[in-house]
Amino acid sequence: MTDLHSPEIQLIRFRRRVYFAGAVVLVCFSLLFARFFWLQVVRHDYYATRAEDNRIALLPVTPNRGLILDRNGEVLARNYSAYTLEIQPSRVSNLEHTIDELARLVNIEARDRKRFRKLMEESRNFDTLPIRTRLTDDEVARFIGQRYRFPGVEVRARLFRQYPNTELASHVLGYMGRINRRDAARIDEAGVADNYRGTDHIGKSGLEQFYEDELHGVTGFEQVEVTAAGRAVRVLSHTAPQNGNNLRLTLDAGLQRVVEQAFGERRGALVAIEPSTGGVLALVSKPTFDPNLFVDGIDAASWEALNTSADHPLLNRAIYSAYPPGSTFKPFMALGALTAGKRTPSFAIADPGHFEYGGHLFRDDKVGGHGSVDMHKSIVVSCNTYYYRLAADWGIDGIAGFMSQMGLGSRSGIDIEGESTGVLPSPEWKKKRFKRPEQQKWYAGETISVGIGQGYNAYTMMQMAQAVAILANDGVVFKPHLVKQIENVRTGASRQVEAKPVRTVDLKPEHIAVIKQAMVDVNKAGTGARAFAGAPYVAAGKTGTAQAFSLRGAQYRGGKLAEKLRDHALFVAFAPADDPKIALAVIVENAGFGAQSAAPIARQVFDYYLLGNKPAGPAPEDSDATDSE
Amino acid sequence: MQLTASKWSAVRERIGGVLSALDPPLLAIAVLLLSLATLVMGSATADFMHRFEAHLVNLAVALSVMLVVAQIPPLRLMQLALPFYAVGVVLLIGVELFGETSKGAQRWLNIGFTRIQPSEMLKISVPLMLAWYFHRHEAQLRVRDFLVAAVILLIPVLLIFHQPDLGTAILVLAAGVFVIFFAGLSWKLIIPVLAVGVIAIGTLAAEGDAMCAEGVEWPGFKAYQRQRVCTLLDPTTDPRGSGFHIIQSSIAIGSGGVFGKGWREGTQTHLEFVPERHTDFIFAVMAEEFGLAGAIVLLCIYIAMIGRGLMIAARSPMLFGRLLAGAISLSFFTYAFVNMGMVTGVLPVVGVPLPFVSYGGTALVTLCIGLGLLMSIEAQRRRRQR
Repeated sequence: MTDLHSPEIQLIRFRRRVYFAGAVVLVCFSLLFARFFWLQVVRHDYYATRAEDNRIALLPVTPNRGLILDRNGEVLARNYSAYTLEIQPSRVSNLEHTIDELARLVNIEARDRKRFRKLMEESRNFDTLPIRTRLTDDEVARFIGQRYRFPGVEVRARLFRQYPNTELASHVLGYMGRINRRDAARIDEAGVADNYRGTDHIGKSGLEQFYEDELHGVTGFEQVEVTAAGRAVRVLSHTAPQNGNNLRLTLDAGLQRVVEQAFGERRGALVAIEPSTGGVLALVSKPTFDPNLFVDGIDAASWEALNTSADHPLLNRAIYSAYPPGSTFKPFMALGALTAGKRTPSFAIADPGHFEYGGHLFRDDKVGGHGSVDMHKSIVVSCNTYYYRLAADWGIDGIAGFMSQMGLGSRSGIDIEGESTGVLPSPEWKKKRFKRPEQQKWYAGETISVGIGQGYNAYTMMQMAQAVAILANDGVVFKPHLVKQIENVRTGASRQVEAKPVRTVDLKPEHIAVIKQAMVDVNKAGTGARAFAGAPYVAAGKTGTAQAFSLRGAQYRGGKLAEKLRDHALFVAFAPADDPKIALAVIVENAGFGAQSAAPIARQVFDYYLLGNKPAGPAPEDSDATDSE
Repeated sequence: MQLTASKWSAVRERIGGVLSALDPPLLAIAVLLLSLATLVMGSATADFMHRFEAHLVNLAVALSVMLVVAQIPPLRLMQLALPFYAVGVVLLIGVELFGETSKGAQRWLNIGFTRIQPSEMLKISVPLMLAWYFHRHEAQLRVRDFLVAAVILLIPVLLIFHQPDLGTAILVLAAGVFVIFFAGLSWKLIIPVLAVGVIAIGTLAAEGDAMCAEGVEWPGFKAYQRQRVCTLLDPTTDPRGSGFHIIQSSIAIGSGGVFGKGWREGTQTHLEFVPERHTDFIFAVMAEEFGLAGAIVLLCIYIAMIGRGLMIAARSPMLFGRLLAGAISLSFFTYAFVNMGMVTGVLPVVGVPLPFVSYGGTALVTLCIGLGLLMSIEAQRRRRQR
């Protein structure tokens, strides 16, 4: 290439190239310098912020959930600490393989896998989910030794909800479950998402749901310096969490236990209220369930069993299921008639055993009738004819107007979700309920059935208990409630749920006295007499039977019908009659007559609450009880 | 006594002879750079003290090797050029056939008692071989000679590229290209190649999105190499994968500001956000803790070292010395530029260490051999002058 091989020329050429190379070096280093300047001077603030964001993590410190205690301080819901093995699915590439490998270290059963899969479907995608809860110390040690093999898997100590009495008051307490997408959306909407960082569980029903805000507490935060791998190096600042408030209930756990035991295997509901405050003493729906099942995420089999059971254990019968009140409706009919001036106590009818209206014959239970029946007797012997006629005389509008004042047909406002309104029949209700004009029309004959608590009438035991409490309390209405006071654990301060009368039903004392006396005599000489024989206190009550299945003229023979078609047994009562401490309404599904199944339960409740007597077993069925109500 | 004294003076003379081969300015620059490196290493290996100790051992070994290499006169080096090159290529073929795989690349050769990485020695033996070749044909350099040189260069480069070790392939290629450049390759060839390079980079910058789209393959590139280039163009596309390194090192450097966070105070470094912080990404540690000021000092030291090397090249009495010294100096530049470029996010991450600073005995020894060669070339000039 080079023809001139003189060393001098060669050297000059070489040096020229050296200068050129030196210039390239300087240009390139200048470019690097420009880049340094860009990063370190121009963009310094941006990168400094990014570095701080990297360095500092805000870790939530979850508060302890508040306890739930009964009126005497017995713990109904508490927390316990347990180790859980948790997987962050987003950080694990082959989930099945990882779980298989984990199963070599800790015991993971098929139901754990199923539950985990169910949680995955429901979870927020960045969640860590438990594959196993309640690890033994051995299992924890075995996993820790092998932890490096499982990125995205860790052992955590967590607080879990525990219901020490298992099934007791499950419909009142409700249950906790993992926060699912719907819950998360609700939390976001309420603007409390920050407070739920680090919280996995939320109240799903009952008090756990209704008082979620009180029970949850305020999440604390720790500013922590973290490494790239997320390991905390040191704590920069700490804001302590505020533990959730404790709930002190009006509920008496002992009484609740007595009631649940009294029902035995039978289905039904009972609500007992302290008339002078509206505090709920017992709220029972049978069958019950074990809310502990939901704490770790319920497994598919248990969930299936609870949901498909013919007995619907998850259903809160006490506040949701509405039943025809049957004859327990009669004292309120009588009271209303007195108040409205439609009857006097002494007004008597001659009962032929039936009532004819518009060419239709409405029968009494007793063939041939009860003879001369005044108001007192109408309640004690539960005379239908008296009430057929009263209903016809009074009219549906009057009846509906009075019953709504007694709280029937509207939600009581008790502090758990899921209450239904029941049905307070009226022409207006019928218009709203039905679509076709011919269905919307109110027929006068329908008023007659309403008079004895049948027909469209349907109320929850909550409403019936409230109506009884209003009567027992001489017309002063308190809002029924389960929580008596809310206690701040840290300060010791407590907020009382005020028992203030919300309104008063305008009733005359002499009218109330007539009804109360008649109800006392029900338990002395009437349909409740057998159940209350020998009681050292005076209890007022009224039995009732509600048709679960309408019989077209056929003679009713309870024992021969399929169990689900049998009538429901009802009883309403309060005691002591002169100074009521407790008022209740109870229904035993498909159990026949009120006197037979429901009244003995009420007897056990009163014996326990007023005398402290604990019953030996389920309330007896009185098979000899008369069917005359 | 007398005997001892004469012995002592003989020893002194001997030591003086050995030390006289060292070039004082280059030695001073090297000591300065290695001291700075040791300081940064003290921070980067804060959690691994044994690494720091190993670094000190590496330093001692590398400086000894430099001292030894500096004693070898260039004429003797010329005799070694061909055998070294031949052995290197044979070993590379051995790697190709029997090599051991580590981290997805076949780079190591097990020779019974230890494992060696032959590609490393090619960084020295390729420029040595080429310089010797051009020197031999100094009298009449023809196109044919440049073609032969290209073959000599491409055999090892392609073997290394195939391992695959892109970083080393680039460094070996660069060292060879520099020899060919200094040997007088026609500008008519250089300018079009440079132009093509500039256009290619420009195209990549402009059309990067389309070329990095899902499923597009680049002929002749491995998937991870393509990924590196694409990640460089837009690190945020892969913030948890390869982009993480670039993002985190940029944050470390940027947050360092003008004067840095102070020695061992770098949060990005010490909280382990900076990856490979004592090896390839050590510059991020330095820039975070000593800021722009530290980075400028480092640039100046490199400029001084490269400048001194080019000066030695320009003054060398032999073509062999000139070519070798020029190529070695520019190799230092290539190392430094590619490393700092990749750490600051302007070049793809190709696994090139920061010269004389990054942890790693083999690279340090290779670089110190380079220094030793420069000193040997300079010593030859001084001997001639005397």
